[in-house]
Amino acid sequence: MSTKPTPRVRVPAKAAAGEMIEIKTLISHEMESGQRKDAKGETIPRKIINKFSASFNGKPVFSADWHPAISANPYQSFFFKAMESGEFTFTWKDDDGSEYTAKNKLTVG
Amino acid sequence: MDFQQAGLSRRHALKAGAFAAVASLLGAKLAFADEKTVADELKKLYGDKPFAAGKIKLDVPEIAENGLVVPINIEVESPMTDADYVKAVHVYADGNPLPGIVSYSFTPACGKASAATRMRLAQTQNIVCVAEMSSGALHMAKANVKVTIGGCGG
Amino acid sequence: MISRRDFLQATSAAAAITLASGLGPLGRVAAQQRLSQADILRFDPLGTVTLLYVTDIHAQLVPLHFREPSINLGVGEAKGQPPHLTDAEFREHFKIATGSAGAFALTSDDFTTLARQYGRMGGLDRIATLVKAIRAERGDDKVLLLDGGDTWQGSWSSLQTKGQDMVDVMSALKTDAMVGHWEFTLGAERVKEIAESASFAFLAQNIRDKEWNEPVFKPRKVFEKGGVKIAVIGQALPRTAIANPRWMFPDWEFGIREEEIQKQVEEARAEGAAIVVLLSHDGFDVDRKLAARVKGLDIILTAHTHDAMPGVVRVGNTALVASGSHGKFLSRLDIAVKDGKVADIRFKLMPVFSEAITPDTEMAALVRKLREPFAADLAREIGRTESLLYRRGNFNGTFDDLICDAMLSQRDAEIALSPGFRWGGTLLPGEPITWEAITNATAITYPNCYRMEMTGAQLKEILEDVADNIFHPDPYFQGGGDMVRIGGMGYAIDIGKPMGGRISGLTHLKSGKPIDASRKYVVAGWASVNEGTQGPPIWDVVRDHVAHTKTVSITPNDAVKVTGA
Repeated sequence: MSTKPTPRVRVPAKAAAGEMIEIKTLISHEMESGQRKDAKGETIPRKIINKFSASFNGKPVFSADWHPAISANPYQSFFFKAMESGEFTFTWKDDDGSEYTAKNKLTVG
Repeated sequence: MDFQQAGLSRRHALKAGAFAAVASLLGAKLAFADEKTVADELKKLYGDKPFAAGKIKLDVPEIAENGLVVPINIEVESPMTDADYVKAVHVYADGNPLPGIVSYSFTPACGKASAATRMRLAQTQNIVCVAEMSSGALHMAKANVKVTIGGCGG
Repeated sequence: MISRRDFLQATSAAAAITLASGLGPLGRVAAQQRLSQADILRFDPLGTVTLLYVTDIHAQLVPLHFREPSINLGVGEAKGQPPHLTDAEFREHFKIATGSAGAFALTSDDFTTLARQYGRMGGLDRIATLVKAIRAERGDDKVLLLDGGDTWQGSWSSLQTKGQDMVDVMSALKTDAMVGHWEFTLGAERVKEIAESASFAFLAQNIRDKEWNEPVFKPRKVFEKGGVKIAVIGQALPRTAIANPRWMFPDWEFGIREEEIQKQVEEARAEGAAIVVLLSHDGFDVDRKLAARVKGLDIILTAHTHDAMPGVVRVGNTALVASGSHGKFLSRLDIAVKDGKVADIRFKLMPVFSEAITPDTEMAALVRKLREPFAADLAREIGRTESLLYRRGNFNGTFDDLICDAMLSQRDAEIALSPGFRWGGTLLPGEPITWEAITNATAITYPNCYRMEMTGAQLKEILEDVADNIFHPDPYFQGGGDMVRIGGMGYAIDIGKPMGGRISGLTHLKSGKPIDASRKYVVAGWASVNEGTQGPPIWDVVRDHVAHTKTVSITPNDAVKVTGA
């Protein structure tokens, strides 16, 4: 029923040194809470993305542990102080063990 | 009790109704978190250490437009330097089936300790946000979000 | 607490706002004296900028009667404060003579007698006359015309043309900017289409797309008038997605977003704006709270709650204007600017007495053309009324009683629920009930009249929820509108209690028995916010009832007992 989760990220391509940039991310995912029952009254097993993390040039920047109360198609935004050019890696971890990633380059100067 | 189903069953039961009565449609028999559940979670993390007020800006709507998608934006006042930064932020709700919403880890590279996401709220309840500073200091902020049945505005 | 003096009188502060005699000559005329067009327009000009403000027209192109509320309770800090004054208290506060033109325009008692004396109010051709006269007096380059929204909804012709009739009128009036609320019930696509092509700016700082949390509309616009930069920040009804069907604009999120307003103010000042205006559909009490929390707003043009006040309310350095509804009033504010700041404001609430004002010929022709396709329908007489039919009031209105009676009889229901809308015209005893009169009270894009079962417990829960939206002591938790109207059931309400404890004594009126929490009752209602609601449109339900009744007579409704006020 569900299609493969697709991440989307909005990061400015360029920033001035020292500039605070906002990073916005979205991923398509039903975030099945594990609290719902199906038509037969059986609990639908939990299946959520439980962790989102962001790193820059391999160094961790920010992470979020999501609980089942996070809405479907989870959105996460946060900030980053641009100091040097490099690449972001964004990772979403699914309850089923899958990992989804996105990479974005940032040029500073 | 489930959030998504709350939406479904509500539409189902009151397909024709101007006013859906939220709580009764949520089943209401199931266990919900309460203030104590949230306090227990905090105790697991921080023992009996006290929380100070201030520093946290917890931005949630006074009234949810859609209980399945409630925006939450937090910002913690901090210089975000290697010597002094916000390490973690935990967000709880005291009226959902489970108390946890989200936990954030920040680093000085963030520049500012601010993050926004969207959450499910099963009913009118309090959002509790705690911040752990690199110094070990703890802060707390609370806000009430009203989940209403809507209609009748004019 | 703000005293009466602060509302109405000049203060001695350096940046004084002279608010004296906000009603101009109106408050001083002897009882029973009619006003002339010159009386209405008379204004001692000030400075180099004039703001004209009209709001909540609800698509009323032609003059009508609109009775102000006799019950308009304030809670929390708004308790007993304007605009929560009615009748004698209102007249006493604003020094208005009983029986005067001002009393007729602004209060509700003796409405029928005074309506026969003073005639209908409003009409876009009359408003056009006033706007043109002021533009001629001041010069086009000094006048800014702003519209507070709820303009494209409320009539049969606006419903049939998807708001186009009102858009055409606003273009002809050369409106500079507007905000929205009921506009959004035309659906997201239609609103975007108009906003992107209209001759006026459609502003809303507080609407974001749900996907990326980015602004949907332009948040503000800077105008230059009389050599002064004026920033207008738009604020849509923050509770639109709760008060109205959110499926009609599924990708939008609203909210008050006061920090974002603060940012807008700061950016506008940085751009050189000497005057910063919030064109706001928040509703009066929300704006009164907001004015104390957001710094640097010179003026808030309030809307939504339909309050009309012949004086400005000051909160700190912010002046709040309440300009009524249905085209009954046009507000004029002259502003003097000194050293890049507001030095003085002069205000007048101009009553649009249709019999005193010569219609503008161009606008009259346009209105005729726009109404022409519907003219025969609109004029069709369905029945007559022996009673005064009005809507405003916190708990009931006779027009709502008629709608509830119609649902009870036509939908064979035990209990009827009708939303506490504040728009819709008033009919005098003896007047015909035309198709226009019925649709003026019912024309919405989600009109289906449902019929379903609800338990007594559910009914109580609904009343509690709606009551909290009106009587929560913190205006930021209020949703606007009035209490849902009930047919076939009585109740008691203590407005001072918290949510869940206000409503008691639910009674099934026909049997006189208490409502049983566990029993199911057949309930009819309309204006459901849920998608896919089934049932005939409410205007057909009312039409059939009126046609069957022929002569409508409404007995005074004493089914709601109010305490805690």
